[in-house]
Amino acid sequence: MNRPTKIVTAAAQGFSFSRRAMVLGIGQAAVGTLLATRMGWLAVAENEHYKLLSESNRVNMTLIPPRRGWIVDRYGAPIANNRTDFRVDIIPERLENKAHVLGELQQLLALTADDLSRINTDLDRAAGFKPVQVEENLSWDKYAAVGVRLPDLPGVQPTRGFARNYPLGAAVAHLTGYVGTASAEQYKKERDPLLVTPGFKLGKDGLEKALEQRLRGKPGAKRVEVTARGKPVRNLDTRPDQQGQTVRLTIDAGLQEYAARRLAQNSGSAVVLDVLTGDMLAMVSMPAYDPNSFSQGIGKLEWKMLSEDDHVPLMNKVLQGLYPPGSTVKPMHGLALLQNGISPDQTVNCRGVLQVGTGRFHCWKRGGHGPISMRRAIAQSCDIYFYTMARDLGYDRFAPTAREMGLGARYDLPFLTQYYGTVPDSAWKEKKYGKPWTVADSINASIGQGYLLVNPMQLAVMAARLAGGRAIVPRILLDQPHRPAASLGLDPEHIKIIREGMWAVVNGGGTGGRARMHIPGVEMAGKTGTAQVRRITRSERASGVLGNAALPFKLRDHALFVGFAPVDNPRYAVSVVLEHNGHLIPDQDAPPTASDILSYLFDREKAVARLIELEKTWGGDIQTRMKTKWDAFLAAQKAPVPPTPEDVESATSNVVEKAATTDRTASPTAAQNGVRGEGND
Amino acid sequence: MTSPGLIPAPLAQLPWRIIFLVVAIGTFGLVVLYSAAGGSLTPWAARQGVVFFAFLCMAMLMSRIPSSFWGKIAFPLYGVLILLLILVELLGAVRGGAQRWLDLGFIRLQPSELMKPAIVLAMAKFYDMLPPSEIRKFGAIWPAAIIIGIPAGLVMLQPDLGTALMITFGGIVVMFLAGIPLRLFIGGALSFAVVLPLAVNFLLHDYQRKRVLIFMNPESDPLGAGYHISQSKIAIGSGGIFGKGFLHGTQSHLDYLPEGHTDFVFATMAEEWGLIGGVLLILAFFLLIRWGVNVGVRARTRFEKLAAAGLATTIFFYVAINLAMVMGLAPVVGIPLPLVSYGGSAQMTVLLCIGMLMSIDRASRKTVRW
Repeated sequence: MNRPTKIVTAAAQGFSFSRRAMVLGIGQAAVGTLLATRMGWLAVAENEHYKLLSESNRVNMTLIPPRRGWIVDRYGAPIANNRTDFRVDIIPERLENKAHVLGELQQLLALTADDLSRINTDLDRAAGFKPVQVEENLSWDKYAAVGVRLPDLPGVQPTRGFARNYPLGAAVAHLTGYVGTASAEQYKKERDPLLVTPGFKLGKDGLEKALEQRLRGKPGAKRVEVTARGKPVRNLDTRPDQQGQTVRLTIDAGLQEYAARRLAQNSGSAVVLDVLTGDMLAMVSMPAYDPNSFSQGIGKLEWKMLSEDDHVPLMNKVLQGLYPPGSTVKPMHGLALLQNGISPDQTVNCRGVLQVGTGRFHCWKRGGHGPISMRRAIAQSCDIYFYTMARDLGYDRFAPTAREMGLGARYDLPFLTQYYGTVPDSAWKEKKYGKPWTVADSINASIGQGYLLVNPMQLAVMAARLAGGRAIVPRILLDQPHRPAASLGLDPEHIKIIREGMWAVVNGGGTGGRARMHIPGVEMAGKTGTAQVRRITRSERASGVLGNAALPFKLRDHALFVGFAPVDNPRYAVSVVLEHNGHLIPDQDAPPTASDILSYLFDREKAVARLIELEKTWGGDIQTRMKTKWDAFLAAQKAPVPPTPEDVESATSNVVEKAATTDRTASPTAAQNGVRGEGND
Repeated sequence: MTSPGLIPAPLAQLPWRIIFLVVAIGTFGLVVLYSAAGGSLTPWAARQGVVFFAFLCMAMLMSRIPSSFWGKIAFPLYGVLILLLILVELLGAVRGGAQRWLDLGFIRLQPSELMKPAIVLAMAKFYDMLPPSEIRKFGAIWPAAIIIGIPAGLVMLQPDLGTALMITFGGIVVMFLAGIPLRLFIGGALSFAVVLPLAVNFLLHDYQRKRVLIFMNPESDPLGAGYHISQSKIAIGSGGIFGKGFLHGTQSHLDYLPEGHTDFVFATMAEEWGLIGGVLLILAFFLLIRWGVNVGVRARTRFEKLAAAGLATTIFFYVAINLAMVMGLAPVVGIPLPLVSYGGSAQMTVLLCIGMLMSIDRASRKTVRW
């Protein structure tokens, strides 16, 4: 029938129509079946998939930042807790008249131009339902003022949240660190939407950073049904947040604060350890930033002041500061001599100078000490005694004892950046510099100069191990299973001799007389130290060595002190390191500082009373002094200030690194030249 | 049938079964529109109800018109609509931008919409006039191509791809029923497959091309142009077998589903009534269309046969293209679901088709008394 020549009649056409109409009907039925099948596929086979998509369309999860766990001291007193924080956010989607709303907010909250430009940038980047922060840490008055005007401010959302609070302020800055909003990098790494939730902050330094996972807690969530435009329709349910764990420290908050105040105007650090357990009772580095202010965001002026300060307030000197220990290692070196079979009664004749080859090594006492044995050499801090012994034995015989006493060791403490210095010996020098060890190296090391570098924590461990003869390891978390420190297995006779030497330093007419305790019945033992950071040339020595007072701050000697009390039954060990102190102000020198700090543990009232008297001489307590300094700094600012770096954490470590390296390189130069300056130890 | 004594003859002669079917579909549509408005008669359900029953009455009146009338007006109607299409095109050119309707004051007349049944009538009339012996000759094809080509081209210029396609399909179906050799359709289909990609690239507007490409892969752009199809599939798929329940659809009520009361009304319905509702609705349309095709089979004259089957197929194209679109089987071309989607034009067209079908049906019943 498909041939074109075929004649078609009306009847054939009717027949053809019926057939084709049937084909059409079948085709239509087939399409109908196909559509019904397709629908069945979507609604039955793919139902789960589309149900999920429909739910994720419908439900918007808003995270509620978790309350951070508290950090408390050994008695449960808060070191870091949370306070109610009033904040104001903007929901971009609901914002109607941006210029009007921002103008109103600027008036109500006294926003600066800086704030406004940040909010504008954030608003441009944000979209939809996700809040943009306007201001946090508002006073109740400002918060209420916004609340009253809400009907006039579409899109503005006042919220009550929690903010981190450090009751002790700067005194705990380097212990706790601070918190801040997550950086873009951190968000990239964790990919947790919590990190970009307004109001959420994470640890940026110190324990806050190292213990982040324990302190953080679990966020709460609010499930809200929203329209396609992000407009909330109703709350479905709310899961409360789970507060982070409370972390209990070995720190005694009272002592911590006391030590911080007692460090006065010094750029220094103090550590107090329990001689029996290694519990860290105080760990202070001053000056410091105010962690409360840092946690609210760091202003550019504040940053400029802190990063340029030669007292390095951004650095935790306890673990990041490396210093030549100076004479503080002499008791430990005495122990090394005893362990090497040197009799404590063997004498060396100190005539003020020792000639080794072409080098002349001076004692701090120009005329010399005359014939001197171990106990007096410790008490009087005679350099020639230790020079002679080191020259004869070589420092390789001292180094094992130095390590045994905890120098050069890295302690497992929850602080992310630690420098742990060097206990040098011939193998170490060969490896590091490819040069053989010299007698001069031994002589320098014998008085804690040269290659020997330690941090204040190690000095405190050394003092505690010498005092108690136990292999204590410093610890700061009280919830760790407590390991009673094992004995180091030292000869009790040796310990007795060293203790006698250290007792005499303070109580027997030695160099540390100013460390004598003002508390009846409690005697302290210790050892002073002076670490030189500059080279004294032969010509300078001939014309008279410059006094510290005549030198710029950065060239003055470090003042150090290690000690323990009570001397007959040691409980507490202390180390105090004061950068570039120069022994200029007696009350602010290391020995009385260490002594006062320990006295707090024996007679709190008396110690505090004494401190209050002393503070009058150096301009008041920490807060008062920080305020004075800040005002002076503001007054001195004329040039426009560059903005706070975007990544404060890494900028801080740059500042710290710079400070640490200058201190580290300065001292070996001075010592390598085999010359030793005057000191009062 | 009802006894002649109680009810006047003209009423009794109405095809009540089909009217009931149409009312059922229309009423279900109103229920869906009521839900799409968030459980409210305004703004859609009430207006749609009034329009629907007005056009239904019109269709019932049309059923009383002698079927020969449709043959008489086929060409004049076609001619008037061509003029109106040109007028629309000119007005659009003057005012700038695309325009599809003429504002007559009381109604916005969309000539392209009326062209869908008019093309069927014109084609049916043409093949009715063509002597049977000519049907396999070239003279049976080129006039038809012109009859289809002019309105399709004008509508394409508007631009309205969906309507242009429907006009073309409507005309081609009448050609098929009229007995044009099959090989032409097979050859045409093959060349269409070749031309289609070229047409997509060169003839379509950017937004139309985008729609076609998105249709191929809607997930490629779920928040942009693929949003309609994605959200529609989510609505249908999440409805499951029994649906989320009347007034409980989230996709439509929370505005995720765009055009949930017009082109995508089927998705709104399926979300709340599930597969059951969907299959019942498809079945209802199938019955309606089968009736229409059967009217053609039963019709006495060649014109009536071709016109009836063609009009039924016009309704079929509405339903099939719309459903394929909302289920992600066809690109988004803007064809509403007749009797359900909100809007007057499509309803008017479909009820016009039904009215004419009832008129042809009545004629065939009168002659074949049983």
